[in-house]
Amino acid sequence: MTETMTHPSLKADIAPAAATRPMIEIRNVDKVFGNFRALDTLNASIREGEFFSLLGPSGCGKTTLLRMIGGFDEPTSGEILIGGQDMAGKPPNLRPTNMVFQSYAIFPHLNVSENIAYGLKRLKLGRSEEEKRVKEALAQVELSNLGPRMGNQLSGGQRQRVALARALVMRPKVLLLDEPLSALDKNLREQMQVELRHLQRQIGITFVLVTHDQYEALSMSDRIAVMFSGQIAQIAEPKEIYQNPATRKVADFLGGMNFLTASELAVDGRQFRATLPGIGAITGHLSGKEITDPASAIIGIRPERLRIVWEGETADHIVTARVVDRNYYGEMTSLMVAIDGQAEEISVVETNDFGADDIPVGSVIRITYDRDAFIIMQG
Amino acid sequence: MRPGALSRRLLAAYVIVYVAILYFPVLLLPVFSFNDSATPKLPLVGFTTKWYASLAGNEAMHGAAWNSLIVGVSAALLSTVLGICAARAMTRHRFRGMAAASSVIMAPLILPEIIIAISLLVVLLGLGVQLSLLTVILGHLLICVPYSVTVLVSGFEGFDPSMEEASRDLGETGFGTLRRVTLPMLAPSIVSSLLVTFTISLDEFILAFFLSGTEPTLPVYIWGQLRFAAKLPNVLALGSILIAASLLMLTAAELFRRRAERKMELRP
Repeated sequence: MTETMTHPSLKADIAPAAATRPMIEIRNVDKVFGNFRALDTLNASIREGEFFSLLGPSGCGKTTLLRMIGGFDEPTSGEILIGGQDMAGKPPNLRPTNMVFQSYAIFPHLNVSENIAYGLKRLKLGRSEEEKRVKEALAQVELSNLGPRMGNQLSGGQRQRVALARALVMRPKVLLLDEPLSALDKNLREQMQVELRHLQRQIGITFVLVTHDQYEALSMSDRIAVMFSGQIAQIAEPKEIYQNPATRKVADFLGGMNFLTASELAVDGRQFRATLPGIGAITGHLSGKEITDPASAIIGIRPERLRIVWEGETADHIVTARVVDRNYYGEMTSLMVAIDGQAEEISVVETNDFGADDIPVGSVIRITYDRDAFIIMQG
Repeated sequence: MRPGALSRRLLAAYVIVYVAILYFPVLLLPVFSFNDSATPKLPLVGFTTKWYASLAGNEAMHGAAWNSLIVGVSAALLSTVLGICAARAMTRHRFRGMAAASSVIMAPLILPEIIIAISLLVVLLGLGVQLSLLTVILGHLLICVPYSVTVLVSGFEGFDPSMEEASRDLGETGFGTLRRVTLPMLAPSIVSSLLVTFTISLDEFILAFFLSGTEPTLPVYIWGQLRFAAKLPNVLALGSILIAASLLMLTAAELFRRRAERKMELRP
């Protein structure tokens, strides 16, 4: 999308002093459908100008929460504030939010320009101002020549852009995106991830994205809230979420965590010590985590933090492992290895520049680990 | 003969006989309406348009046709409006008593019409209501609404509820959303509903017979004419006009509906 496009009305809103004040506050929000508790005492604060993602498996309540922010559902209890104002009882048309729907919901009986002008019509801006804004919005999503095209004659990617333009032209304080990329094929999805992130930085308004794709959340967000069964498990920056997941579930959902058997585990101040059968004694940092119950805590390490020690190389800590499976991914290879004393097989990911893709299944290899790579999680 | 060929021939014969029985009598109507004879029998005597000519001067028939038009248009509009409300409630909301409500709406489809007619008559007379076209319209509403609801429910099911949500999200009110999104998108179903209910009302006899008082609708008028053998050719002419009119109307509406539906379809 074009570099030069800006969002005039919003520039003024983002005074530097206000940059970190909360745009959306979610306070003790519950949602109960009959006997089913869809959301359980949620608390979160989304900052102004932030790209915030709600990440979780389907049915975790992330879409319900997004729909509540947009005004399509009301919390059973608790409150949602946007820009400091309580939104209770306010319908979607009276909220400073706009939504990009999962199905895009492009009106098929209107053309692209009419779709984008749909919300402007009620603002009674006058014809020339309206046309100017539609033109700007079309340029913003690089659809300038598609104005007269009917809503039902667009490709998936085009519909996504029209949905985006139609929402942004309203100059909302918050843009809500409900899995906007899930219907696109892989290449287009990756391209749109970059464009969306870019657009958000340019416009500077708060984006709240719902996704079940961890890579999407990691690559686009300023912060991520990971949700499971109606509860928020962790809110943190992408790097923190990936490197230092709060719980075993978070670690698992973000992909590829090795969980290790420990014969001994002790928490001591801000550090933990553990003895891992077949691996040895290790230490690590709590990294700000509270481990209330060390007995149920678990040690983990990401597959890319384990390395193969090639012939002629040496390392401080050497672990002997037997290759039980090998998966080839083009630029890298994932090896499943068994280590004596460890209950679960361990995954090691190596780039293919040293020949990891040639290691035969059944062979015995030496691996080592980064010293700071061990993580402790609440089980 | 190859296996299956016989059964295929039998099936073809069955279809031909079936269609003939269904439509042959209807096709005879226009034929006899141009026959220069007071009784509809073969062989045909000669070509005439006098039965049509005499219809042109028939005030009573004009009155009945006008009454039918009023009743048909009113019943079609009212039942479609009610149908839109009911269908929206049934497809977009979940509420207590929904199953009961939809059964009650659909009930007139399976109740014998003569029972409905007699009960309505008894109730209306008991309430002291004067029989008029209004009472016919009310009666017809009862049997038209189920058809409207059926057609419109499938219309509502055919479009994404987030279209309406998107409209609300873009600042439009509930009523504005109805006007700018829901109704245009439902246009094909609305046309179908109007058409089906108008047609049902137009040829409905029993309720109209009981409830029309001194203002007969077309079917009631035709029924009255059948008592006089001499009027039969006029009835045949009138019937032919009705067939032609319905065919034209159905074709036009179907063409419109298809066009509107094409406009709504997604063509990625």
